[in-house]
Amino acid sequence: MSSPFVVLPIIFQLFLAVLLMFCWTQKNLQKLISVVGSLVAVIISVVLFAAVWKEGIYTTQAGNWVAPFGITFVADTFSTLMVLLTTLAGLAVSVFSVGSVRNARIKFGYFPIYHFLLMGLNGAFLAGDIFNLYVWFEIIIISSFVLITIGGEKAQLEGAVKYVTMNLLASVVFLTAIAILYGLTGSLNMADLSLKVAEIENRGLVNVTAILFLVGFGIKSAVFPLYFWLPASYHTPPPAISAIFGGLLTKVGVYALIRVFTLIFIPDEFMINLISGMAAITILSGGIGALIQNNLRKIFSYLIICHIGFMIAGLGIYTETALIGSVFYLTHDIIVKTTLFMVAGLIFKIKGTYSLRLLGGFYKEYPKLSLLMSISLFSLVGIPPLSGFWAKLFLIEGGLSVGNYWLVGFILLGSFLTLFIIAKVWAGVFWKDSIHIPVKMQVKYFHELKPLKRQAMVGSIIFLSVLSLSIGFGAEYVIQVASKVAESLMNPQDYIHAVLGQTN
Amino acid sequence: MEILLVILIGLLYAAGIYMILRRSLVKLIIGLILLGNGANMLIFLLGKIVKGKPPIIEATGKALEGLYADPIPQALILTAIVISFGLQAFAIILVKRAYKVIKTDDLDEMNATDEDL
Repeated sequence: MSSPFVVLPIIFQLFLAVLLMFCWTQKNLQKLISVVGSLVAVIISVVLFAAVWKEGIYTTQAGNWVAPFGITFVADTFSTLMVLLTTLAGLAVSVFSVGSVRNARIKFGYFPIYHFLLMGLNGAFLAGDIFNLYVWFEIIIISSFVLITIGGEKAQLEGAVKYVTMNLLASVVFLTAIAILYGLTGSLNMADLSLKVAEIENRGLVNVTAILFLVGFGIKSAVFPLYFWLPASYHTPPPAISAIFGGLLTKVGVYALIRVFTLIFIPDEFMINLISGMAAITILSGGIGALIQNNLRKIFSYLIICHIGFMIAGLGIYTETALIGSVFYLTHDIIVKTTLFMVAGLIFKIKGTYSLRLLGGFYKEYPKLSLLMSISLFSLVGIPPLSGFWAKLFLIEGGLSVGNYWLVGFILLGSFLTLFIIAKVWAGVFWKDSIHIPVKMQVKYFHELKPLKRQAMVGSIIFLSVLSLSIGFGAEYVIQVASKVAESLMNPQDYIHAVLGQTN
Repeated sequence: MEILLVILIGLLYAAGIYMILRRSLVKLIIGLILLGNGANMLIFLLGKIVKGKPPIIEATGKALEGLYADPIPQALILTAIVISFGLQAFAIILVKRAYKVIKTDDLDEMNATDEDL
């Protein structure tokens, strides 16, 4: 079905960002616009999701150029699910920013750039044209560059140098892949590419292009051996920014990988083995990396890598059941990782440090907050019936059904490592006796903040924790959505027909 | 013409990757710029080069006939150039700031973020 409504989530974020730029000096007005705007964005994405769920795929052709020639925007269940999750996490981070981002950063345009980032994310999820996807990726990275450096602390700049370099390199690789793909097929429309790539006889060249895409998206989604920029940079910006980065930026890469490798390049045995191998080592290296860290945010950074491995593993197993697992894990991970970085930020605001060695006694001093934080920590481990459990169930079932036992082994090992790491975090931050931490002058502590700011920080964590709980307890509904997504990924005819409908 | 472009693109990619692998921040930026240019040339080359046949429909005709230059790669390159221009401007300013704050341009010495906090 053709409807211009598809681009509304993108246009609305653009509108918000521009509106925020007009209120450059009014900090409080900016906060209000950002929070209210994010709330409206959630409503828009819920409506879009419901419409696509009921009536099937929505498309729109920019400038009314017919499908393979113009730029297409496609909203299928997968895209709209991702847009919905983006806006939900976006709302929570926006509220969290009200509480935690310093005025100095807001003065340099924190909120407008934040909404440009969300615009880029929504655009990447809704793009139906591979070059358009590249452009959205560039919008995402340029906004994230500004967010990671805003404030200009020493650690931030150092992390940013690595982050910027690797992301620019990924863009070049992605652009190279697009160039070769265009040379091979003469098309950029993803649905059209799906048909044309299948007809190419020179499979070697197709595989080379596929690997270029794998490398480009692999750098962005931080899979082994391309992840080293992530733990070097994600712990440097303020907590609100690392929350949105940790929750969403790597997941765009995963989304693009899943989309490209189910629609355009149907993986042959070699690609399946390559992706499975990458997934296994990603799980292992992320888990082991997290084991030896002592900085709370660095632990979570490595856990991102570990859990990216789970999602890629679903793609590596390549059955419908495994893809249900991947999509479910993606849903769960966006919410939980965002919460975890917020939790780390809140702990820092209260105690003034991220170090596991110095932290301690949190449970004794703040029992209610600890209980709240335990929800996201244990969801991450996947203790039933919390949200992480169901996704892994499907991944393992999918792996067993195709006899990919070693990958299942790695998934179980990854879960065990996560459990061990979270137990270490729990023991270190919450249960261990507290020792005296020297008071830092430059940190504005939690108890010094205004009540509204405190409520904003805790409230956003409560919001996402409730969401995470409802994913766990309402797993039936999420499984329904994930099965529909996985089914349409494995059978892309509907997608192709919806885009090229007029000509086919 | 094609073979000349192929060699040029290969050189640009090779030089770009070599420069990225150096330790100096300035060379890093030069490497990224060379790589970006290489990718743009690659799009140009793979759009199939046709000489002297602009994609303009004759006043008497209704559609393009015969071989003509594909306008899409040029649009793609234009977009890519604009984007990389913005990114490179940002990267250069970032490097300047980083040099002033960290007081080194040697990437090997930028390891404060890897330390245990």
